[in-house]
Amino acid sequence: METTTAPAPNITLTPKDFATDQEVRWCPGCGDYSILAQVQKVMPTLGIPRENFAIISGIGCSSRFPYYMNVFGMHSIHGRATAIASGLKAARPDLSVWIVTGDGDSLSIGGNHTIHLLRRNFDVNILLFNNQIYGLTKGQYSPTSEENKITKSTPYGSIDHPFNPLALAMGADATFIARSMDRDPKHLQTMLSRSHAHHGASFLEIYQNCNIFNDGAFEVFTEKSSKANESLFLEHGQPLVFGANKEKGIKLDGFNLIVVNLNEGHSVDELWVHDESDLYKAQILTRMFDDPKLEHHLPRPFGVFYQAIRPTYEDMLTQQIQHAKDKKVADLDKLLRGNEVWNIA
Amino acid sequence: MERKQEVLQDVVIKFAGDSGDGMQLTGTQFTNNTALLGSDLSTFPDFPAEIRAPQGTLPGVSGYQLRFSSDSIYTPGDSLDVLVAMNAAALKTNLKNLKKGGKIIVNTDGFDTKNLRLANYPDGVNPIEDESLQGYEVIGMDITKMTREALKDYQMGTKEKDRAKNMFVLGFLYWMYGRDMNNTEKFLEEKFGRKPDILESNLKALRAGYNYGDTTETFTTQYKVEKAKIEAGSYRSIMGNQALAYGLIAASVKSGLTIFLGTYPITPASDILHELSKQKNFGIKTFQAEDEIAGISAAIGASYGGHLGVTTTSGPGIALKSEAMGLAMMLEIPLVIVDVQRGGPSTGLPTKTEQSDLLQAYYGRNGESPIPVISASTPSDCFEAVYEAVRIAVEHMTPVIFLSDGYIANGAEPWKYPSSNDLRTIHVSYKTELGHGETKFQPYQRDENLVRPWAIPGTAGLEHRIGGLEKENITGNVSYDPENHQLMVKIRQEKVDKIALNIPEQTLDNGPEKGDVLVLGWGSTYGVIKTAVESLLKEGYSVAHAHLRYLRPFPRNLGEILRNYKTVLIPEINNGQLIKIIRDQYLVDAKGYNKIMGIPITKTELVEEIKQLTSSRTATASI
Repeated sequence: METTTAPAPNITLTPKDFATDQEVRWCPGCGDYSILAQVQKVMPTLGIPRENFAIISGIGCSSRFPYYMNVFGMHSIHGRATAIASGLKAARPDLSVWIVTGDGDSLSIGGNHTIHLLRRNFDVNILLFNNQIYGLTKGQYSPTSEENKITKSTPYGSIDHPFNPLALAMGADATFIARSMDRDPKHLQTMLSRSHAHHGASFLEIYQNCNIFNDGAFEVFTEKSSKANESLFLEHGQPLVFGANKEKGIKLDGFNLIVVNLNEGHSVDELWVHDESDLYKAQILTRMFDDPKLEHHLPRPFGVFYQAIRPTYEDMLTQQIQHAKDKKVADLDKLLRGNEVWNIA
Repeated sequence: MERKQEVLQDVVIKFAGDSGDGMQLTGTQFTNNTALLGSDLSTFPDFPAEIRAPQGTLPGVSGYQLRFSSDSIYTPGDSLDVLVAMNAAALKTNLKNLKKGGKIIVNTDGFDTKNLRLANYPDGVNPIEDESLQGYEVIGMDITKMTREALKDYQMGTKEKDRAKNMFVLGFLYWMYGRDMNNTEKFLEEKFGRKPDILESNLKALRAGYNYGDTTETFTTQYKVEKAKIEAGSYRSIMGNQALAYGLIAASVKSGLTIFLGTYPITPASDILHELSKQKNFGIKTFQAEDEIAGISAAIGASYGGHLGVTTTSGPGIALKSEAMGLAMMLEIPLVIVDVQRGGPSTGLPTKTEQSDLLQAYYGRNGESPIPVISASTPSDCFEAVYEAVRIAVEHMTPVIFLSDGYIANGAEPWKYPSSNDLRTIHVSYKTELGHGETKFQPYQRDENLVRPWAIPGTAGLEHRIGGLEKENITGNVSYDPENHQLMVKIRQEKVDKIALNIPEQTLDNGPEKGDVLVLGWGSTYGVIKTAVESLLKEGYSVAHAHLRYLRPFPRNLGEILRNYKTVLIPEINNGQLIKIIRDQYLVDAKGYNKIMGIPITKTELVEEIKQLTSSRTATASI
């Protein structure tokens, strides 16, 4: 039984329509508040009736998200939101399915499901709230925490090498890969809209500040004083420039990246022009992952790294079933009878 | 030459050979041929966990046991009348099960020095040449040589020619039992239609085997088993996993729900995935997930979206799925979890049978997590039993665990298949709008059976959130309130208990309503218990048989039945699991009979056990 999607109603939805009567219980100052606000701002603009949204989450601070969104939602179990959403989307391609997950949920306990969802390319939107820490369990290091990090479970410093989430997504052949941050509402809204617009699996990593257990993890990228020099905002068809006055640019010399100063004899024409459809260059972009404390480090890119068109799992599944139905009538009695029958009088 | 035909009542044949010898195919072909003649039958395939264990060795032996009879039969038989041994290892592994005076058809080429050594016979010992097989009727033939000879005109390698050996054997047995070979010829044509060489060589070997029996003067007797006197109707042969897949499809057709199977391959459950994947024209969606957990999680997602989510696995997979099963229980959405049990614990005995997941199904989750449990007792019973599992899942908004096992899954039997019109309707009702007086949707508002509404995404006005956290009664909002938690735990238990009102009462399969011994079984022990009790009743013992399909909740009259007998005996292929639950729920001092060898209980063993429990034959015993 498929439910048919009602035609988009003529009423205009507002962010308020997407809020619930449940008290939001994140810690005061948590980056999640901003992400919730941006999602509530973007969803009404997508032209989709509220009942056709489904938000699936796993476990962790971020995974409380569905309780605060007045759409269909499921707060499931640790790491499995991606797998549950896969089944939901296979069953109901008509729905707009969003997955809200954290760095522990999607890259540690649920890492397997994340990569498999990406390779299958279900048309869902993954919002990965990356705060590089386990918040709900009160402060252990996560699979994205930097090396040597001191946490409750690593009093002598973490000896784990962290994941680079976007490089991992590239490795899993994701068809839409982007990064944004909680502290830049406009950029985040744009990235949410772009994630939705992509027909296929969208992987959006959102740098999210945990002001209790990992405060300031991304401040070098998000705070006014350093943002312009440390963050590189990617735009399709535009050269890679950054700096307070857009005076710095990135040039490709073979496979090497060179930062050049446009005020010191270099021209914009020399710079790398971002092309979202370029698989190889996207790999290089995801590897711009330097520790900002190092000398001569590269800025961290934000924006859409890569987008490709590949058939979605649910589209192919629907086609395959249609093809099978066209070829062979579904006759239950014939199936039960089989090919070899004998009669006992 | 004079030929005589001898009519037999009951025959047990075992085809045994190297796992590359094609014994499973030979067995299933002979089975289908037998079925078409109208004999009753029961099969027991028995194969190694390794796909190809080293050739010629004892662990590499693959067997297929078939029993057919002009009587109604319920087991593949305790001991063999005929053993087909393609090599020395096959003989060594199976000889102990051959009746005294039984026939051994041996491929003499499989008893050369190398094969004898691989089968661990001492140097210089060859059982088909020494006296050790005295008391058996040994029919030796060089099947390898004769097959090669028959195919001498074919342009193919010796290795390829040798692959047709099993067809030679099959042809010979078809002669021995006076069979027509049409069904196998047709089967080969369908299977190898596009490979004329292979088709021709197989057909040729098949006919050569038949003609060898027909023309060689050594064999003077053909055997015949009459049609069984079974209930009138149209029959087909069916295997357990196949019946299970068909049951799901039928439930899909009759409920109007699309089946979504989220699963991960595991022995002995994978055939359900294979079968359902073939039936996409019924709209079935199959999803081979990245792991067991993803399989059930995707099925939960599909059920949330309004499909019927199904996941299939075996014991180790259930262990992995436990947390997600708890979520489905908490969400209160329909889901069918199929466990085709195998020998455990851990990886255990993947290709052997066991009933050792009952306690896992009952208790294997964190917290108070009641989930209904249903079991199948024979291959064809999988159809009806899984249909019931779907009905309960959908009508009671609950996950349901379905227990089958390796013996049922791979066994075959005649099936008086139903007509789709005779299948009970499965009622599905999505909630589509707010009811009168409702201002806000309450996802945990319940009906008289404590069943909550199924409101699927896409339904305007019913947007709501559910999850694994404890929820407030009625509203479903997150709640940590102590009284509410106690209330919700009790409600979820009562909801499952109330299913007892919607399932049939327990009936006796056989025997008097009161008496000395009640043999209480579940699952694949059905056939052996039935056979043992039937024979004891004929001898005048006061013994009855009840077989459970519904294991949680139990049928509402079960306690009453248990109290009608002096002794309750519970035979199980485990270390005593149902017995623990029965003792717990009914305070009955039940006795166990437990065999934990990865193989079924035999009639002889069980008859012996029951006799020890019943002091005397009573005049009141029904016959």
